Amino acid sequence: MARLFPQPILSIVIALVWVLLVNDISAGAVALGILLGWGIPKLTSRYWPDKPRIRRPFAVLEYFGIVLKDIAVSNVQVAYWVLFRRGDTLRSQYVTVPLDLTTAEAITALAGTITLTPGTVSADLSADGRSLLVHCLETTDPAATVAQIKERYERRLKEIFE
Amino acid sequence: MVIVEVVISLLVLVGSFFLFVGSLGLAKLPDLMRRLHGPTKATTLGIGSMLIASMLYFWAVEGNPSIHELLITLFLFLTAPVTAQMIAKAHILRETRERKALPDTGRSVGWATLDPAEADERSEVTRTISTP
Amino acid sequence: MIDIACIIATATIAVASLLTLYRLTRGPGVLDRILALDTLVINTIGLIVVIGLWFRTTMYFETALLFAMVGFVTTVALCKYLLRGNIIE
Repeated sequence: MARLFPQPILSIVIALVWVLLVNDISAGAVALGILLGWGIPKLTSRYWPDKPRIRRPFAVLEYFGIVLKDIAVSNVQVAYWVLFRRGDTLRSQYVTVPLDLTTAEAITALAGTITLTPGTVSADLSADGRSLLVHCLETTDPAATVAQIKERYERRLKEIFE
Repeated sequence: MVIVEVVISLLVLVGSFFLFVGSLGLAKLPDLMRRLHGPTKATTLGIGSMLIASMLYFWAVEGNPSIHELLITLFLFLTAPVTAQMIAKAHILRETRERKALPDTGRSVGWATLDPAEADERSEVTRTISTP
Repeated sequence: MIDIACIIATATIAVASLLTLYRLTRGPGVLDRILALDTLVINTIGLIVVIGLWFRTTMYFETALLFAMVGFVTTVALCKYLLRGNIIE
């Protein structure tokens, strides 16, 4: 099994995307999806020498739930600021988030989450990849924002990936 | 049946409202980094709720389940942060004024956009993808 | 009921698109225009989804998907050009 599917996560994602693209859960579509999930990782295996490790697959679901909830809440918050505040009264500034994460996948997931949630956009990474530049739309206490990002998202991602 | 229709209508209206808020943020806010917040957030939720409405309609009213829409939602949720970060990086590189406003990295090196050579050599990130 | 919601949604998205067009013409910088184009593409995807719902057809979903992909690639290519002076290195 491990030799047939060297990248199990990639294979599952490819098969799933194929089924969604065909918009049909029939035996044929699923079979072709599994075939693609076997063939594409085989052909591109040179670009993927190692495989990303996911320690706790079920923590991923919990993380998705939290992020989706935060996206909904943050959208209402940002909509309020955009509609009822004058742009130049928003106290926006950059903050630096020091990272404990070291793998590329975990940092990518954290940066994506930060961009999608409460009034923050991740803008850049330091040259050694150990701190993240985040732009906040409205903040009075930068330290609290950083603490919230580290506590709420980074801790969970560290459990999932490392 | 009526309840389903009300839910679908509400989802469509909420979606279009958030798309409107995203564009309003883009037109109203005073500088690029603040403008970036409107489109990246409001539009993902806007499109997301519209696609949920469409999925619900074809599943509950027409009776042929359509899961297609999930793909677009997933794609937008994956790409919105990437575009936002690319625009922010290009902005930091081009605007000298913005560069001066950046905080310290807290490390011995600068930000990756401003010294790309350092970024390739001194990276401490563990990668599983081989780079040429 | 869904039809009325679709009409209102179409009008709202049209106004939103006008707002992005305002940013597209006013600028001031090239990145503001890129961001405006990206937002315009997302508004168009929303419009296509609403029209698909209005006309009761799933035919338009491939269009929406293609719009999403082309819009993403365009934005990234433009930003890459501004960042490195080159798109494919």
